[in-house]
Amino acid sequence: MSSAAEAPAAVAERRYIDALNEGMATALEEDERVVVIGIDVGAGGGIFRVTKGLYERFGPERVIDAPISEMGYVGAAVGAAMTGLRPIVEIMFMDFVGVCLDPILNQAAKLRYMTAGALEIPVVFRMQTGAGKAAGAQHSQSLEAWFAHVPGLKVVLPATVADARDLMLAAVRDPNPVVFIENRRLYGSKGPLPPPDAEPLPLGKARIARGGEQVTVLTWGQMLRTCLAAAEEGAASLEVIDLRSLAPLDLETVLASVRRTGRLLIVHEAVQDFGAGAELAARVGEELFDELRTPVRRLGTPAVPMPFSPDLERGLLPNSKAVAAAAEALVAEG
Amino acid sequence: MALIRAFETRVAELYRDGEIPGFVHTSLGQEAVAAGVGAALEDGDYVATTHRGHGHCLARGMEVEGMMAELFARGAGICHGKGGSMHVADPSRGVLGANAIVGASLPLAVGAGLSSKQLRQGRVAVAFFGEGAVNQGAFHEAVNLAAIWSLPVLLVCENNIYAEFSDSRTLTRVPAVVERCAAYGVAAAAVDGNDAAAVHRLAAEAAERCRGGDGPFLIEAETYRWHGHYEGDSQPYKPDEEAAGWRARDPLEVAAARLLEAGAASAEELEALREEAAARVEAAIERARTLPAPDPEEAYADVFGS
Repeated sequence: MSSAAEAPAAVAERRYIDALNEGMATALEEDERVVVIGIDVGAGGGIFRVTKGLYERFGPERVIDAPISEMGYVGAAVGAAMTGLRPIVEIMFMDFVGVCLDPILNQAAKLRYMTAGALEIPVVFRMQTGAGKAAGAQHSQSLEAWFAHVPGLKVVLPATVADARDLMLAAVRDPNPVVFIENRRLYGSKGPLPPPDAEPLPLGKARIARGGEQVTVLTWGQMLRTCLAAAEEGAASLEVIDLRSLAPLDLETVLASVRRTGRLLIVHEAVQDFGAGAELAARVGEELFDELRTPVRRLGTPAVPMPFSPDLERGLLPNSKAVAAAAEALVAEG
Repeated sequence: MALIRAFETRVAELYRDGEIPGFVHTSLGQEAVAAGVGAALEDGDYVATTHRGHGHCLARGMEVEGMMAELFARGAGICHGKGGSMHVADPSRGVLGANAIVGASLPLAVGAGLSSKQLRQGRVAVAFFGEGAVNQGAFHEAVNLAAIWSLPVLLVCENNIYAEFSDSRTLTRVPAVVERCAAYGVAAAAVDGNDAAAVHRLAAEAAERCRGGDGPFLIEAETYRWHGHYEGDSQPYKPDEEAAGWRARDPLEVAAARLLEAGAASAEELEALREEAAARVEAAIERARTLPAPDPEEAYADVFGS
């Protein structure tokens, strides 16, 4: 037996954006009810090229260009989901959701419930977000907490290349409305993209991205890279959890880690005040008050609209140095 | 129409007497639109409607018993007590629901039209809405989408003149909805919304057009709501003569006169129809009164599907 035969096959490195594209392509391939709808997602291939090639491969009936008319086409996607299609609908920047909240908040999130389960609404709302590119206050917001606050919506935030594909597939296969949040600073990031597992990835399963002893660092989306860098750079031993989704919430994985470390730091790009970190801190506090060595700490963006200046922006966003320092402060505290 | 009239009349009374909780909006005076359009549709066609949607639901064959139990907030209601008057729905009959957001029915119907076209279902998707919704962005976006995607969407505007408390003619410089629709290149026609036969003729033709792949069509049905925006609204904003004039053109009387004139029915037969409708509604009320409230666990069911 040659040693080459025993070595695992090299896993290809791919970009996050390619993994998203592959996830959508697989979804379109495996189910003819899946359609992609959005502004310039078709012939144009998407403003960030996420849907590149899908129009050519699946045709204009499956990859549908919409006018700049989010209330109309997002609402239509919800209506289509009620009647047999499984749309993946793109909102180009998460900030733009302000003009089309009704279909998400009042229709998709509630109509299954209000019809006692008679309506099924399998729709994926793809939203791209992310500060750090001098895009200004109307193109930089992380609003995941808004959606996690609405019963009836799932909220998914892939942080890795493999998750970009696998969570996309899980979201499309899910029979519920899913808000799928992509951070554009991750679009060019590279990572291994192994062939898909036979067993599909479920929504609502957090991942321990790195084991550690002293502080549990809970994060999601783009901040995963920041927290992993902090674990490399800092003096404290960090256990970094990639939450993957706010709803469903895998509290068990978080609690199990915090029971071991006794300390929790929550890091997110969204504004810290009233952010998802506050809910998570409260939940962990309620469950593990006696086992915590220190109070739970949060690190997010200060409560100001994101300024345009790259220098100002840099000063506001959590970075690896700040994460490492916050973790070390927790260790020093108790 | 007789059934809608009987249902709405009793619902208004039951609401006034405190037997039905929440908010209720009745369609008394507008029955001919629901009946005319409802009868022009086929099984499987989709209907998305409004907060004033009881009539449309009944016209598509929804069960009086299940609807009444829902309005009474009973566990045996068609939505298990989780929808109520503003959200009654029965997808098994194509009724995607009454909807409490003004204008929301339009994008939803466009989506249903997209499903129909894409999956070759051969169904027409109907959006009912009032002229008040025509000032919502959702109307304009939905009409434009239905047009550019050439979808089998039948847009039915019930122009009852009043957007809540306000005279719609003061809220736009272009009160004719057909004119506003023309700006999107969508075919449209106005019709006497108190004449069920006229509504039916136009709706049948329009539905056929939609089914044939000619894209959307808009019907502007001119009608009048007898009651307030909601039950309990005393309507100080409506001139008495205007209201009296419209009441004199009662859609049920218009239809009755036409049937009698054509010799299609006798006065006794029409009276029997009304009595039968009233009895069905009364039986549904008696039943709803005896039904239990939902099980407390029902509040937690159906948030997500698996």
